[in-house]
Amino acid sequence: MTELLRLATAGSVDDGKSTLIGRLLYDAKGIFEDQLDAIRRTSEQRGHHETDLALLTDGLRAEREQGITIDVAYRYFATPKRKFIIADTPGHSQYTRNMVTGASSAHLSLILIDARKGVIEQTRRHAFLSSMLGVPHMVVCVNKMDLVDWDQGRYEEIKSDFMEFAARLNVHDITFIPICAVRGDNVVQRSENMWWYDGTPLLNHLESVYIGSDENFIDPRFPVQYVIRSQTPENPDFRGYAGTVASGVLRPGDELLVLPTGTTSRIASIVTADGEVAEAFPPMSVVVTLEDDIAVTRGDILCRPNNRPTMTHDIEATVCWMDERAPLSEGRSYFLKHSTRTVRATVQSLQYRLEINGLHRDDTASTLELNEVGRVSFRCTEPLLVDDYTTNRTTGSFIVIDPQTNATAGAGVIRVLATTHASPNVVRHGVRLSRSDRFAALGTSGATVLFTGLSGAGKSTVAAGVEEAYVNSGRPAFLLDGDNLRHGLNGDLGFSDRDRTENVRRAGEVARMFADAGSLALIALICPFEEDRQLIRALHEEVGLPYAEVFLDTSLDECERRDPKGLYRRARAGQLPSFTGIDSTYEPPTNPDLVLTPGSGSIPEQVSRVLELVEGLLR
Amino acid sequence: MSTPRTVTDPGGHYRLSQLRALEAQAIHIFREVAAEFERPILMFSGGKDSIVMLHLAKKSFWPAPIPFPVLHVDTGRNFDEVLEFRDRHTAALGVRLEVARVQDDIDAGRTVEDLSPRATRNRLQTPTLLRAIAEGGHDAVFGGARRDEEKARAKERIFSFRDQFGQWDPKNQRPELWNIYNARINKGEHIRVFPLSNWTELDVWTYIHAEGIDVPPIYFAHRRQVFQRDGMLMAVTQHLSPDPDEQVFEEVVRFRTVGDADCTGCVESMADTIDQIIAEVAGTRLTERGATRADDRVSEAGMEDRKREGYF
Repeated sequence: MTELLRLATAGSVDDGKSTLIGRLLYDAKGIFEDQLDAIRRTSEQRGHHETDLALLTDGLRAEREQGITIDVAYRYFATPKRKFIIADTPGHSQYTRNMVTGASSAHLSLILIDARKGVIEQTRRHAFLSSMLGVPHMVVCVNKMDLVDWDQGRYEEIKSDFMEFAARLNVHDITFIPICAVRGDNVVQRSENMWWYDGTPLLNHLESVYIGSDENFIDPRFPVQYVIRSQTPENPDFRGYAGTVASGVLRPGDELLVLPTGTTSRIASIVTADGEVAEAFPPMSVVVTLEDDIAVTRGDILCRPNNRPTMTHDIEATVCWMDERAPLSEGRSYFLKHSTRTVRATVQSLQYRLEINGLHRDDTASTLELNEVGRVSFRCTEPLLVDDYTTNRTTGSFIVIDPQTNATAGAGVIRVLATTHASPNVVRHGVRLSRSDRFAALGTSGATVLFTGLSGAGKSTVAAGVEEAYVNSGRPAFLLDGDNLRHGLNGDLGFSDRDRTENVRRAGEVARMFADAGSLALIALICPFEEDRQLIRALHEEVGLPYAEVFLDTSLDECERRDPKGLYRRARAGQLPSFTGIDSTYEPPTNPDLVLTPGSGSIPEQVSRVLELVEGLLR
Repeated sequence: MSTPRTVTDPGGHYRLSQLRALEAQAIHIFREVAAEFERPILMFSGGKDSIVMLHLAKKSFWPAPIPFPVLHVDTGRNFDEVLEFRDRHTAALGVRLEVARVQDDIDAGRTVEDLSPRATRNRLQTPTLLRAIAEGGHDAVFGGARRDEEKARAKERIFSFRDQFGQWDPKNQRPELWNIYNARINKGEHIRVFPLSNWTELDVWTYIHAEGIDVPPIYFAHRRQVFQRDGMLMAVTQHLSPDPDEQVFEEVVRFRTVGDADCTGCVESMADTIDQIIAEVAGTRLTERGATRADDRVSEAGMEDRKREGYF
């Protein structure tokens, strides 16, 4: 069976992207003699010595004139194993919207690096956008290896530079290939010049990368697209709901929940023009008929009663702005088209604009201009049925339409906070032992204290003092230290916004269990974002466990002077991108239970103030 | 911000072949148009791409009938076999066929025909098409264009916006993400919709084979009176005669594309079954348009210019 692989390329004018694609098409016989003749002639007219394969992909007149690629162009080629659709996008920052467009439906992102230049701003932007759009696989081609004398050392250096940046993103499958697109080394054929490279050539990798698990087959979501009614003699009374399976697997007999109405029914049959099918899975387009005669219309989503999307008027999303005519601004109203539903929505707030190159957050921004990316809160006039983008590309994405011009002004990927999207199909076991019985029997009671502040502010020092004093008084306490968590439980997480949030969420969940077990849980974490701290607080408040927040208010200057682990020095040298306080924001707590500054006394004095706070909590 | 999907499909059971994935995408597009627009219409030339389109439209709404009519822009230079097929095929499907005639616009003085010896009516199709769209109040017009056909088409969106003059502005296209299509337009504007955007010529034939779709006989190898012109083999028909110095001979040929009889060349071929056509297409080293379409050889930017004006 021939599979389809969609790939998005990103690269700049001169890093050889068009040449690489031309080379892939040429070597995989994806171009034709007459196309080759045409570009051969053009190359000769322009006085090029060799046929310029880049001419193959530069379709529009303006591009030929300026010698650059200005839009998304789609290219096709096939090998016996796979058919490939290449979305070829330009690399300049002013074409971020095109990149986002190309990457939105890609399985794989192909990033090119010029071996002479190494990882540049543009490389980081492409990697970031691929990560933001959830492209599951990434291939980094280090091109023009001929111009660095096929030097393995240079290749390894670029690889490690890229990995350092990528650790802050969420890309889990990255492959590096050293190539020379002009000569074809490691594109289709193995390179003899780079005998030291033991991986496969690019085309071979594209043919074999495993994409079978990229779809979500667990959470059934069927956005109703169109209602099909038939009163033909063969089908006198047919009513079915047409749509494309967004995720999960549907089978006749499955109990379904219709949202937003909340009615339930069962699947009577899954119909296609080729007959009924026993299963429907993404990305099949089918027609579902129900056992009961209930009202279902376009825009509804069919799901399972115990596994449903979040229904909400408030949408939190990372938005890429695509309209050059007018920026996104607070208070403005737009249409959001989300799966098969279009609603009116107003921008409640622009929380921050992301400086993509350094992942720095600018929370003073009040607008998003063309090609800018930021975190936006929308309020919709009607509720949308959403999932987090990372679990569902269809129900986790939307486009923004300008109501005046009808332009597609932006694209958003939805974030649903962890507390609200906890898997609803996981049923908690009935509690056998009540918390008060447990605490009474053990003679203790549990609580959680979060210590937040900049790196070097003294969080771990004070928290460790509290732990020691508490345990010495005969009661259980345990310190969950950010650094230590990252070595174990959170070892799979990097430093992207999403990973930071996940890091905090896990620490919060673990602390809650410790507290529930009757221990004093102490979390020492930078935890820079108010939203994340609120999340930990909410986790405890929703189950009635005592909780307090201690803010180590030590100035950046002082922390940097202390620099116990040498991290500030490395961050200042540019070796640690998005380091809190340097190029990533620390949002001071708005309402901490206790503030400790370097002037608050000696460490033992600070420890005893926290212990007083804890006693107060437990009373 | 991606995390690995929490889901696996270890048996690889839930996979669609690339052809079925293309079919599913096309069906999604047909349904989206039917849901979002008031008066869609499907451009039907009787060529293989538009036949596949009609087949997909039928599958998209089954068991209900296709909820829109089809439109043929008749240049008056069509192959007889294709016109006969058009009438038979649309009647069998029970769809309403509307015909917009280029000749009507010439007769009414709305367009002026180039009467020089080698002139074709290719460019005259555009005003006739735009007139039909305006008269019918059509807000969405399906076309069978594929991105693999031509460089300018490689950049066309699936939902491609046309202003009130029917014009395409390639530099100002709406970004198209995921499978979300922006269908909002003002009165008088329309959207050209291309469900086959991601199909190649080989996909079209493979699909025709898989689905057992009927196509006009001129796609299969047959004996015919032909002559050489501009490096192409042209068929002698009521619409095209050889110049005195052009030698007519008999050859076994077939057509790779179906356009006007006076500008569509044929290729020497023994392929008289779909299997053989697929083998031929898979092995060919020439694009279908490069091989057989005089209208696309005008200049490097020929297609882009015609598309800006409102061509298919």
